[in-house]
Amino acid sequence: MSDIHTSHDGASHGSYKSYTIGLVLSIVLTLISFGVVMTGSFSIPVMMVTVVVTAVIQVLVQLVLFMHLNTKSEGGWNVISFVFTIGILVLIIGGSLWIMHNIHVNMMLG
Amino acid sequence: MFGKLSLDSIPYHEPIIMVTAAAIGIVGALVFGLITYYRKWGYLWTEWVTSIDHKKIGVMYFLVALVMLVRGFADAIMMRTQQAIAAGGAEGYLPPHHYDQIFTAHGVIMIFFVAMPMVIGLMNLVVPLQIGARDVAFPFMNNLSFWLFAVGMILVNMSLVIGEFAKTGWLAYAPLSELQYSPDVGVDYWIWALQLSGIGTTLTGINFFVTILKMRTKGMTLFRMPIFTWTALCTNVLIILSFPILTATIALLTLDRYLGMHFFTNDMGGSQMMYVNLIWAWGHPEVYILILPAFGVFSEVIATFTKKRLFGYKTMVWATAAITVLSFIVWLHHFFTMGAGANVNAFFGIMTMIIAIPTGVKIFNWLFTMYRGRIQFTTPVLWTIGFIITFTLGGMTGVMLAVPGANFVLHNSLFVIAHFHNVIIGGVVFGMMAGFTYWFPKAFGFTLSEKWGKRSFWCWLVGFYMAFMPLYALSFFGAMRRMQSYEQTEWQPLMIVAWVGAVIIAAGIACMVIQLIVSIRDRENNRDLTGDPWDGRTLEWSTSSPPPNYNFAYLPKVDSIDSYWEMKQQPGGFKRELATKFEDVHMPKNTAEGPIMSLFALFFGFALIWHIWWLVGLGAIGMFVTFMFRIFNNDTDYHVSAAEVEKTEREYHKRLEMQA
Repeated sequence: MSDIHTSHDGASHGSYKSYTIGLVLSIVLTLISFGVVMTGSFSIPVMMVTVVVTAVIQVLVQLVLFMHLNTKSEGGWNVISFVFTIGILVLIIGGSLWIMHNIHVNMMLG
Repeated sequence: MFGKLSLDSIPYHEPIIMVTAAAIGIVGALVFGLITYYRKWGYLWTEWVTSIDHKKIGVMYFLVALVMLVRGFADAIMMRTQQAIAAGGAEGYLPPHHYDQIFTAHGVIMIFFVAMPMVIGLMNLVVPLQIGARDVAFPFMNNLSFWLFAVGMILVNMSLVIGEFAKTGWLAYAPLSELQYSPDVGVDYWIWALQLSGIGTTLTGINFFVTILKMRTKGMTLFRMPIFTWTALCTNVLIILSFPILTATIALLTLDRYLGMHFFTNDMGGSQMMYVNLIWAWGHPEVYILILPAFGVFSEVIATFTKKRLFGYKTMVWATAAITVLSFIVWLHHFFTMGAGANVNAFFGIMTMIIAIPTGVKIFNWLFTMYRGRIQFTTPVLWTIGFIITFTLGGMTGVMLAVPGANFVLHNSLFVIAHFHNVIIGGVVFGMMAGFTYWFPKAFGFTLSEKWGKRSFWCWLVGFYMAFMPLYALSFFGAMRRMQSYEQTEWQPLMIVAWVGAVIIAAGIACMVIQLIVSIRDRENNRDLTGDPWDGRTLEWSTSSPPPNYNFAYLPKVDSIDSYWEMKQQPGGFKRELATKFEDVHMPKNTAEGPIMSLFALFFGFALIWHIWWLVGLGAIGMFVTFMFRIFNNDTDYHVSAAEVEKTEREYHKRLEMQA
C-alpha cells in the first residue's frame, strides 16, 4: 500500500495502478460508443442503449478512479452529495423524458 | 479585421440611446476624473479590484447590483410609459424592435445582474462571519467569480451602444433565438453575458457550499447554524445542481447559431420544446436560489428585532430543505400550455401547490416569532412585515397559476407579470433591502438613516401595489405581456395607474440613494463602535464593525443556536475583553489573476459576439496563460503577525472604552 497516498481528510489520492485502469477503461468505453455508431451495422435501439450504458459506466469509472469517490472520504459527505445529485438527476432526466414523450404522443410529432 | 463590427453597428439614429450613452459617458468621465484627481487608482487596485476579502467582494457585488437596479428600472419605467400612451392605435414613442430589446434587457438585468449579485453579495459579506470563519474556502475563486460576473454585466451594457440586445424575451426561447429569426448580434450578447457570469455563479456556488460545510467554527454543528447560513447552503446546492443546465442549454444554442447545428431549430430534427424544457429545468430552481436567502434575511431580522429566538428553528430548516428538493420537480408549470397532456400537467400542478406548504410553515414561524415579542419597528422590520403580506398575496396568485386549467387562460397574460413581480419585488427585493439595511453597519461601521430608509420602504410598498395590482385586473380583460401597443382604449386608465406606481417606486429608489448620501455625510454621528448595533444574536455581531480582514482574532466557540446571544445572557454578560496573547493569522494574499483572466474573458466574449476570430484566440490564450500562471504561483498566502493583530485589537478596544 506504499503507493497509495492519503490526505489529511481521508480521501485517497489513488495509485499508478488505479489511474492506469481508469485510463484504459475510459478509452475502451469511448471506443465502444463511437464504434457502434460509426460502423453503422447496428439498429437504432441497440446503438442508443449501448451509448447510454457506456456513458453511465464512464461517469462511474471517472468518479471512482479519477475523482476518488468512496464512502469514507470527507466523513461520508462526498457520497451523500453524490447520492443526492443522482436523485436530482433522476428527477430532471426522468421528468424531461416523461414530458417530451407525452408531448411527442399528444402532438403526433414525427 | 473587425468581423461583423463596423461603425454602422452604433445606433446613431436612435436619440434615446444616444442621449443615454452621452449621459453614461459624462458620468463615467466624471468618476474617472475624480478618481484620478484624488489619486485613488492605486487604492482601488490594491484594496478592492485585487481583493480576496469576502467582505469587500460582497460590497462590490452589492454596489454593482444597485447601479444595475437603476439601469433595469430605467427600462421598466420606459415600458410603463410606452404602455400608458400606446393605446387605441397610438404607437407610443418606442418602436417594436426597441421595445422588445427593452423588455428583454429588463428581465435579464433584474434577475442576473440585480437580484443574483444582491443575494451573492449578502452571502459573501455575512456567511463567513456567521460561521466564525476567516475567509471562504477558495478566496481566489471568489474574486474570479465576481469579475466573471462583472464581465457579463459589462457585455450587457455594451450592447446598449455597440449593436443591439436580444429581442427575444429574457429566456431567449428557441426557435426565435435561432439564427434564422434573430440574425443580429442581440442574442449573441445574451449568450455570452449569461455564459460568462453563469460560470462565475457556479464557482460561487461551489465555493460557499464547501465554505459552509468545511469551515464552521468549533462547536457549530449544522443544526446550530444561523438560518441565513442554512438558506445560503440550500441556495448553493441549487446553484451547483441547476446552473450547469443553463450552461449546457446555452452551449447547445451557441452550437446552433455558430456552427449550424440543429438542437432547437424548426427543421433537421431540432426540438424547440426541448429548449423550453431545459431552460426551465434551470429557471425554476433559479427563482428559489433568489428567494431562499431572502427568507434567511427575514428570519435573522425578525429574531433580532423581536428579541426572541426564532420560532421553530428546526421546522424552518426542514422547510428550506423541502423547498430545495421540491424546486426541482415543478418546472413544467412554466409551460402547461405546451401540450404534454393532462396527467403530466396534473402532476406538476400538484407538486407546485405542495411548495406552498413549507412556505406557509415559514410564514407562520415568522408570525409566531413576532407574537408577544418586543418588536422594534426599524427599517428592516418594516421590509419584513411588508414582505409577509405582499409575498402571501403573490404566493396565492402563484397557486392559482399552478392550476393547469386556469393556467391555460392566464398563460402569457399580464397576470403572470403581476404574479412574479409580486413575489420577486415583495420577496427578493424587500429581503435584500432588509438585509442591506441590517448588515450595512457590519460592512462599513455606521448605520443607515432610518428616516430615509422608511421613506424608501413606503414608496416601494405603495408603488408596488399601484404598479402591479392593475396588471392583475387588466389580465382578466385579456391584456397580454410584452405588448408594444394595444387597441383597447378602456385599458388605458389602469395602465396609467400602473405608470404612477412605477413613478412612486422611482421615488423609493431616489430615497435609497438619498439614504446612502445622508448616512455617509452623517457617519460620525451614526458610528457603530461596538460592532453590535442591533443587539444581535449571531456571531457576525461579536466582532468589530467593519471586521478586521481576518474577521476574528480568535475563532469563537459555539455551544447553542444564537450562541452570541446566549453569551450575552450569561451572568456578567459578554465581555469584549482584550486577549492577553495573540497568534499569527494565516490569510490568503490579494491577487490580480482574477481581474486579468476576466479581462481576457471580456475580449473573448466580445470577439465571439462580433466574430472577430483573432481576438477570440487572443482572449482564450490570455485566459489560459493567466490561469497557468495562477496554478504555478505558490506565493498565495501570508501571515498577519501577532503584533499586527494585537495592534488592531487594541485600537478596537480603545474605541470600545471611549464609548463606555
